[in-house]
Amino acid sequence: MAKTIIPIGPYHPLQEEPEFFTLTVEGERVVAIDVNVGYNHRGIEKLSESKTFDQSTFLVERICGICSTSHPFAFTRAVEDIIPVEVPERAKFIRTIIAEGERIHSHLLWLGLAGHFLGYNTVFMWAWKLREEILDVMEILSGNRNNYAMFKPGGVRRDIKSVDIPPVIKKIDSIIPTLEMLKKAVIDDPVLHARTKGIGVLSKEDAINFGALGPTSRASGVARDVRKDSPYGAYDKVQWDMIVTQNGDVFDKAVIRILETFESIKIIKYCLLNLPDTEIDLNLKDIPPGEGIGHIEAPRGETFHYVRSDGTNRPVRHKVRAPTFMNLPTYKATIIGETISDATIILAAIDPCYCCTERVAVRNLKGNQIYDGQDLVKLSQQKTEKIREKNGCLKWI
Amino acid sequence: MSVKLKALLKSPWVFHLSTGSCNNCDIEILDCLTPRFDIERFGMLLASSIRHADVLLVTGSGNRKSMEIVKRLYEQMPKPGLVVAIGECAMSRGMFIHSYNCPVPIDKIIPVDVYIPGCPPKPEAIIAGVVKLIEKLNKRK
Repeated sequence: MAKTIIPIGPYHPLQEEPEFFTLTVEGERVVAIDVNVGYNHRGIEKLSESKTFDQSTFLVERICGICSTSHPFAFTRAVEDIIPVEVPERAKFIRTIIAEGERIHSHLLWLGLAGHFLGYNTVFMWAWKLREEILDVMEILSGNRNNYAMFKPGGVRRDIKSVDIPPVIKKIDSIIPTLEMLKKAVIDDPVLHARTKGIGVLSKEDAINFGALGPTSRASGVARDVRKDSPYGAYDKVQWDMIVTQNGDVFDKAVIRILETFESIKIIKYCLLNLPDTEIDLNLKDIPPGEGIGHIEAPRGETFHYVRSDGTNRPVRHKVRAPTFMNLPTYKATIIGETISDATIILAAIDPCYCCTERVAVRNLKGNQIYDGQDLVKLSQQKTEKIREKNGCLKWI
Repeated sequence: MSVKLKALLKSPWVFHLSTGSCNNCDIEILDCLTPRFDIERFGMLLASSIRHADVLLVTGSGNRKSMEIVKRLYEQMPKPGLVVAIGECAMSRGMFIHSYNCPVPIDKIIPVDVYIPGCPPKPEAIIAGVVKLIEKLNKRK
């Protein structure tokens, strides 16, 4: 059968962010997929090297609007790992509260979008209406709806006042019945079963081989969660369960995310009621030379930051690896052989975040050569030489 | 005011264009459509194609790869069309002003009618911005 190529993007009504998929189909079946990203690249790693450690925290917050806690969390942990130092207990609890609030709103956002992709707009509206309540909670606690600006190396920037705690708990309790209703509506719906069960299956072997992270891997039976494996923040002090399912299809990925929101609510409530009474900030002054890593469990999986310091107030190297970077290649295992009508929900099932994932490659105008770092340095030197030659200077090289 | 523009202001259809943003402004735009804010009651509808849209909502700082496409999309938009730049990045590139990949602000590429500041602007601010644009155009006649 003749192969047809279907381009999706870069600006497609179903996509929030610009990205470009090329689906090769035979009849209705997808036989190959290619992803082209780069429409979102802003050069954050390089920008971070020109900012101080305190400023970089705000910069990494803007890597991704949905993970606006995960990146600063991982970054501050990386900076604290250079010294190394432990943040005060109260700061750990506040960090955990903010991170879990973000997880709830991210999972509800995904659930709504998944409903939208399936043509089930009721779920979209319900989930996003519920999400507003969580954003209200975050606004009470941090002052902002999305970019919370709560983190700084050595602690948190803002304390949670004890008078705020009862209304916040009341608000969180008030969303549980609606969330239960939403859970039943999604998990017991025969239409959703027909659209998502057995679709886009990622087997356990594939999940391990591709290095899938977060809910994508946990839906395939790989019990891997940074919060359990190497506890940070207050996660080792709270009783909570890691949700693992076995099938690896789109339905299981949805189930994982819905059930995780309940766990997050549990964690937030425990942390709010048991806030230790200590300092919230270490007032770090100097960062010594050295290197540090920080990894935390973002809503989509493990976020990893590497920071190298040379003793000044700026990082010399800052490396970010977002979870979608690892989850994206699982398309090769999940989408091949499925129908084109299921492609959208399979593409959405890993909860992709392309602005976290952006990488850049420099090529010449013909497109037949890709330059690496050394080539670029060489090109820059050649240009300098040309200018020097033009103005009658001596040769350097 | 031209008849076309007058007709447009009754029920402006918006198209959302992300030129390299962090998703936050995009999500706040989507938030405007959901029950709490619900801009559809003002007759605004999210169009799925730029060829059906009257108002272009631009977010993001723009970069070398997306700028060419932004220009092309603006040319495809039926005229008269209005452009609203949402968020700090679309106004002045915000934090990314010194980035190697964000050479020019959006308003150097396409004409912008309204700027909505904020990182990200709240849905209320986005709605207020669009309403102000409509009021301003109504007064012009």
